[in-house]
Amino acid sequence: MSKDWPLWEVFVRAKSGMSHRHVGSVHAPDAQIALRHARDTYTRRMEGVSLWVVPSASIAASDPGDDAANFEPALDKIYRHPTFYDIPDGITHI
Amino acid sequence: MASVATDDQILFESLLRLGDDSLILGQRLGEWCGHAPSVEVDLSLANMGLDLIGQATHFLNTAGAAEGKGRDGDALAFRRDVLDFRNCWLVEQPNGDFAQTMARQFLFSTWQEMLFGHLEGSSDETIAAIAAKAVKEVRYHAELAAEWVIRLGDGTEESRRRMAAGLDWHWRFVPELFEMDAIAAAAAERGIGADVAAFRDDYDVRIRAILAEATLDAPADQRPILGGRRGHHGEHLGHILAVMQYLPRTYPDATW
Repeated sequence: MSKDWPLWEVFVRAKSGMSHRHVGSVHAPDAQIALRHARDTYTRRMEGVSLWVVPSASIAASDPGDDAANFEPALDKIYRHPTFYDIPDGITHI
Repeated sequence: MASVATDDQILFESLLRLGDDSLILGQRLGEWCGHAPSVEVDLSLANMGLDLIGQATHFLNTAGAAEGKGRDGDALAFRRDVLDFRNCWLVEQPNGDFAQTMARQFLFSTWQEMLFGHLEGSSDETIAAIAAKAVKEVRYHAELAAEWVIRLGDGTEESRRRMAAGLDWHWRFVPELFEMDAIAAAAAERGIGADVAAFRDDYDVRIRAILAEATLDAPADQRPILGGRRGHHGEHLGHILAVMQYLPRTYPDATW
C-alpha cells in the first residue's frame, strides 16, 4: 500500500514563535491523510504545536555535484561575518 | 433491576460498560501491531488502541473503587470471564481487513465522541473528568476513521467493495449503542450516565453525511444484535480474552 503512496516531507513547529523544522517524511495518499500520519508519527510525545506537510516531489534540491561551486566560495570570505569588523570604542546601539 | 440496584451498583455497572468498550476495542486495535498496510497506518492504529487502553484503565480502576471489593482495573480486565464483560457487540467484532476495521472505528468512535461529550457533564466528578480528557482523543479517532471511510468508499472499485462490506458487517450492532435498559435509565436519571437514545438522530445525521461524502449507501437495516451490556456476547469475545488474559492468569502478579 504505502509504496503506491507519494512521499510527504513533514515540518513541525515545536512551540509558538519558533519556525517549523523538518523532522522526516511519511507516505500518504493525499495531504489530509499525510497530516494525520505526520501527527501520529512525529507528534505523539508533545513535540509540536503545528504541522506542515509538503509533497516531496515539490522540493527543488541543489545538486550535490555542484557543492564546490555553490558553497566553497563562501569559505574564504570572512568579511561577510559581522565578527570580522572591529567596533570602534564609543559606538553604542550596535 | 433498577428498583433493586443500589447507587453503587449502578455506578459500578456504568463504569464497567464504559471501561469494557474501551478495553476490548483497544485490544482489537493492538492486534494490528506489525500487520498494518504501512508503518504510518500501523502507528495510527496503535495510537488509537493505546488511547482506548488508557481510558479503560481510568474507568476500570474507578469501577473497582466503586465496587469496594478490592479489585483494581487490572483485576477487572484480566480476571473476569466472558459473561461478566459489559462491552457492546460492536467492539468485539473481528478486525477483518483494514476497511472493516475502519468501518467499526467510524461507527464506534462517532458514538463514543457524542457519549463522552455528554458525560463531560456527568454528576460523577471522576466520570466527567475522564470523559473531558478522552473526548479529545476520541474526536481524533472519529475524524481519522471518517477520512478513511470517505477515501475507501470513494476510491477504487476494490476499496469501495471492501468498505461497503465492512459497514454491512457492523451495521446490525449499532442499535445496541442506543439501548436504554434499566441500568442506563437509572444512571441517566441520577445524572451519572447519558441518555444515549436522545442523540440517536444526531448520530444518524453524522453517519449519513460521511457515507454521502464516501458515495456509499447506508446498509439495509438488519435484525439488531443486543445483549452485550447484560453479558451476552458473541463467539469472538472469548478468543480475545484468551489472548489478553493468558499471561496474567498463567503468571499471577507477574511484573516486567
